[in-house]
Amino acid sequence: MESGRIKTGFVMGPKLSRSDALGLGGLGLAGFLGLWGALSFFGIVPVEFLPSPFAVGSRFIDLFAEPFAGFTLPQHLGSSLLRYLYGVLLAACIGIPLGLAMGWFHLLDDIVTPIFNGLRFIAPIAWVPFAALWFGTGIGGPILIIFAGAFPPCLINAYRGARFVEPRLVEAARMLGTNHGRMLTEILLPASVPSIVAGLRVAAGLGWQSLVGAELIVASAGVGFMMVQAQASVQTTTVMAGMVAIGLTGLAIDVALRQGERWLHNRLGLD
Amino acid sequence: MASIRFDKVQKYFGRGEKRTHALANIDLEIRDREFLAIVGPSGCGKTTCLRLVAGFEAASEGAVSVAGKRVTEPGPDRAVVFQQFALFPWKTARGNIDLGLRNKRMGGEERAKRIADVLKLMNLDSHADAFPHQLSGGMQQRVAIARAYVLDPEVLLMDEPFGALDAQTRVVMQEELVRLARVRPRTVLFITHAVEEAVYLADRVAVMTRRPGTIKEIVDVKSMREAEDWNRFERIEDVMDLDSFVHLRTRIWKSLREEKDS
Ligand SMILES: Nc1ncnc2c1ncn2[C@@H]1O[C@H](COP(=O)(O)OP(=O)(O)OP(=O)(O)O)[C@@H](O)[C@H]1O
Ligand SMILES: [Mg+2]
Repeated sequence: MESGRIKTGFVMGPKLSRSDALGLGGLGLAGFLGLWGALSFFGIVPVEFLPSPFAVGSRFIDLFAEPFAGFTLPQHLGSSLLRYLYGVLLAACIGIPLGLAMGWFHLLDDIVTPIFNGLRFIAPIAWVPFAALWFGTGIGGPILIIFAGAFPPCLINAYRGARFVEPRLVEAARMLGTNHGRMLTEILLPASVPSIVAGLRVAAGLGWQSLVGAELIVASAGVGFMMVQAQASVQTTTVMAGMVAIGLTGLAIDVALRQGERWLHNRLGLD
Repeated sequence: MASIRFDKVQKYFGRGEKRTHALANIDLEIRDREFLAIVGPSGCGKTTCLRLVAGFEAASEGAVSVAGKRVTEPGPDRAVVFQQFALFPWKTARGNIDLGLRNKRMGGEERAKRIADVLKLMNLDSHADAFPHQLSGGMQQRVAIARAYVLDPEVLLMDEPFGALDAQTRVVMQEELVRLARVRPRTVLFITHAVEEAVYLADRVAVMTRRPGTIKEIVDVKSMREAEDWNRFERIEDVMDLDSFVHLRTRIWKSLREEKDS
């Protein structure tokens, strides 16, 4: 799955070409859809619980034009993406500087790490009741929940980047009389870019995964909101169309960030 | 007056069972504007000596002082040239050289002038805007030396600065360093494995014993260099052919060999 890694595990036959590998992936997908279709077509699972892939697909397309719970699917997606963007940006804006500073100032590290380690094991969804109490149905709640998902990787990767920067570069900077602020912005930050970017990619993924949880407490729009509304009126097809939308968007975000990461590595002369 | 003084310096690494005694009772003075080279067997503590002066390590006992002031932390008055260059990969040659000047809060015009000067001095004019990975090893080390020299430091600390270079580049850099030392003399502590390099460059050569390292003897090169007028030769190989050079080199070699064989 991961390209550019050394692969371990059992391999049967010669190495596959890229198109063959894609073909196998397509075969897997077809098998999955076929099994799913068979389960609903032969009534093994009642249609109310498991609509056919075709029904979900056409519902997905219908939702582009036909509003559900007030908005079309792209409009729901739009407001989801906006919340998501706020949450992830906030996580990056706090997590990266804090992580770098913790990597440099050991005192700060000692103070923050125990708190951080405690909070980090509270899953984003576990913040829902607390966020609802604090923010009601306002924009703050979902942002807090997405933030809870995206913050740890931002902080941890910036911290690691700063902590494991080559010691002789730090020594060179110290010998040149570099002050703390400049050490953070001109030495530790650029040295940590690969680690920070990898962290951002993980953060983007975890933030997106926290989205539906975040939108459980939204009262206006969003894919998660749409799905909760559909669930209330037992419209399984719409619920599943929402899942498809979330999956595809997450995939698109990941692909885009991977490309961005590759571009940056080329720019920086890494690899 | 920027002399470097080691005052009965002891250095231990680690504690308890695993404690290593790296330096034993180092007593040494490097005079103002003197070029002193340290040679010694591998692992005898040469780098440790330099790191004490740079302020990267603290002496376990005794004291290290520069210009009469005890060393407590690194600073731009003691510029270091590292064996592996240690240039910032995300900064251009100019950016690398500029950082120390910016840290001194020097004005833009003055900085530009100083950088232009040092680029010219090191024959780096046409590479000012290249990133380190675009430069050859020799060029990278020129940038590292320029980065140190531009600060007009009181002392210059060099730890096997040419150790990572190929033989030809190495010779060129040695000749350049001699030229530089004539144009802008500084107090230099220079560490090397190569006895010839030490004799060619230094005013005095200190030979260290095996660990725990201490100064075994100090060989005066300067009086021989002046008496035999080595400076009339431009090229290193001409100097190396002189009887006086060979004599000093052999003497230091023997001293070193005793350490390696014992
Ligand atoms: N940070 C450290 N922690 C523990 N031991 C150290 C440390 N730095 C150096 N030493 C030990 O101290 C001794 C002297 O090391 P140093 O690097 O000064 O030797 P050196 O003469 O520069 O060797 P080389 O010729 O190989 O460069 C060595 O035995 C080394 O293992
Ligand atoms: Mg060494």
